[in-house]
Amino acid sequence: MPRRRTASLWESLARAGLERGRSLCATDTSITLAELESGSALGNRLSELRDRSVLVSTSDQLAAALALIELDGIARRLVLCPSDFDRAHLPYVLATAEIDAIVTDTPAELSGFGVACVMPCHRAVHRQAVDRSARHDTEWILFTSGTTGVPKMVVHTLATLTGAIKPAGSLAGPVVWATFYDIRRYGGLQIFLRALIGGGSLLLSDAGEPVSAFLARATEHGVTHITGTPTHWRRALMSPAARALSPEYARLSGEIADQAVIDHLQSTFPEAKVAHAFASTEAGVAFEVTDGQAGFPSSFLARDGDDVDLKVQDDTLRIRSSRTALRYLGDGSESLLDAEGFVDTGDVLERRGERYHFAGRRGGIINVGGLKIHPEEVEAVINRHPNVRMSLVTARKNPITGAIVAAEVVLALGAEPCIDALTVERTKAEILETCRSALAAHKVPASIRIVNALAVTPSGKLGRRNA
Amino acid sequence: MAASIRTTIISQFEQVAAEQRHKLASLTDERPLMESGLDSLAFAIVVARLEDSLGIDPFSASEELQFPVTFGDFIHMYEKMYENATT
Repeated sequence: MPRRRTASLWESLARAGLERGRSLCATDTSITLAELESGSALGNRLSELRDRSVLVSTSDQLAAALALIELDGIARRLVLCPSDFDRAHLPYVLATAEIDAIVTDTPAELSGFGVACVMPCHRAVHRQAVDRSARHDTEWILFTSGTTGVPKMVVHTLATLTGAIKPAGSLAGPVVWATFYDIRRYGGLQIFLRALIGGGSLLLSDAGEPVSAFLARATEHGVTHITGTPTHWRRALMSPAARALSPEYARLSGEIADQAVIDHLQSTFPEAKVAHAFASTEAGVAFEVTDGQAGFPSSFLARDGDDVDLKVQDDTLRIRSSRTALRYLGDGSESLLDAEGFVDTGDVLERRGERYHFAGRRGGIINVGGLKIHPEEVEAVINRHPNVRMSLVTARKNPITGAIVAAEVVLALGAEPCIDALTVERTKAEILETCRSALAAHKVPASIRIVNALAVTPSGKLGRRNA
Repeated sequence: MAASIRTTIISQFEQVAAEQRHKLASLTDERPLMESGLDSLAFAIVVARLEDSLGIDPFSASEELQFPVTFGDFIHMYEKMYENATT
């Protein structure tokens, strides 16, 4: 019989304390963690899932949260399906991950895929005796963010996922976490585990919930720690509801945090510690930057005593640590680690003085007559304009230079319900002026289009067609 | 309409030259495009803006494009395509 080497999620969260105040809060209900001591969200069928490879596919985040707490150490493998998962890929995932049980809040929808055990999971805990003895170092399978086409599955364990998490008691006072992320993606899962193992509570977002409603709930629950992507934050900071919130800690991750969004977050939450972090599904949590500046000090590459090694090779950031994923799942999958155990993040770095700045994704480059441009560099300049909330820079096909730079810009309306045409034209001219003074000519957008909104991916990142 | 296409093109050349801080040569029909004062980036921007304002891009429309040599060729190419597109 297999024996687990490290504490299970349930053991770790119980060790952090089961005080009555600790809970998971959804839009309409909340569950205290203590309820799980003598109850289950899986009816009395948890034992049927022992040693199985389980797909957790729920429409509701709370149901998924409870299933994950209950199944770590019990199941051999857990596959975490985000709410936007494309069912067309389900047969591939079921076969590749050798799924022999599905846990879901919509059993009728998932009964026709040839998996014998389809177990309903509730968003409520029913009182009963539960055997929580853990036998497995359960594999946690995550889909990489921004995936289009066949999903890439990444193998973690609770140990790799929690390597960056400090134990309970390291934070003063009750900690209430909130995140715009789905907890079934890496960024959200980090916050979920942080709340559980660090002794806090967690406010869960809902896919259909307006940002302002989520922020109002966060205020009502006294959220102290809140995280999201720069894109999440640019949208959230448009809402007056953000001003009612007074977190101790606000964090950006998952995309490049430019100076404008860092400054905006800090000025909205003057009391908060504002940080931006680098993490990815494959590379894990690498580091956090807390000096209020975009980029990170070059000294991070030579840090001793830290369990994360960074290096720059072929211009991209490479990470080696105990928090990286173990491998990709599936035959013929490429190798996740290089010969020395580093993960190539694909994020291009540019050194300016004593600091490294993220220039963009390798492969996301716009080529204007042979000159290469990272869209993110141009966006960061556009975003400096006080009337700009967010921007997207893309390649526009051109018969002369192959491509030219085009920009779409969402304006910050502030208190005014609409901006007059004159202000729009003036803003466009000012943006171009800023770009011309800060960027080489080929990087300056040839056209700027004002749009009402930009597409955002389910993982909370700006939608890039080529990413 | 032909006159207005010429006007549109000239004003785009002037505007882009000003934005890119290029000194524009006088735009006679005989002026070789290479000597108009615009570099390839500026030229690319002119073509993109003309596509926005006129709705046509003669450079991408035909695979057997005779690349215009003079400013006059350039205008003629746009006028011809504009006529074909609107009749």
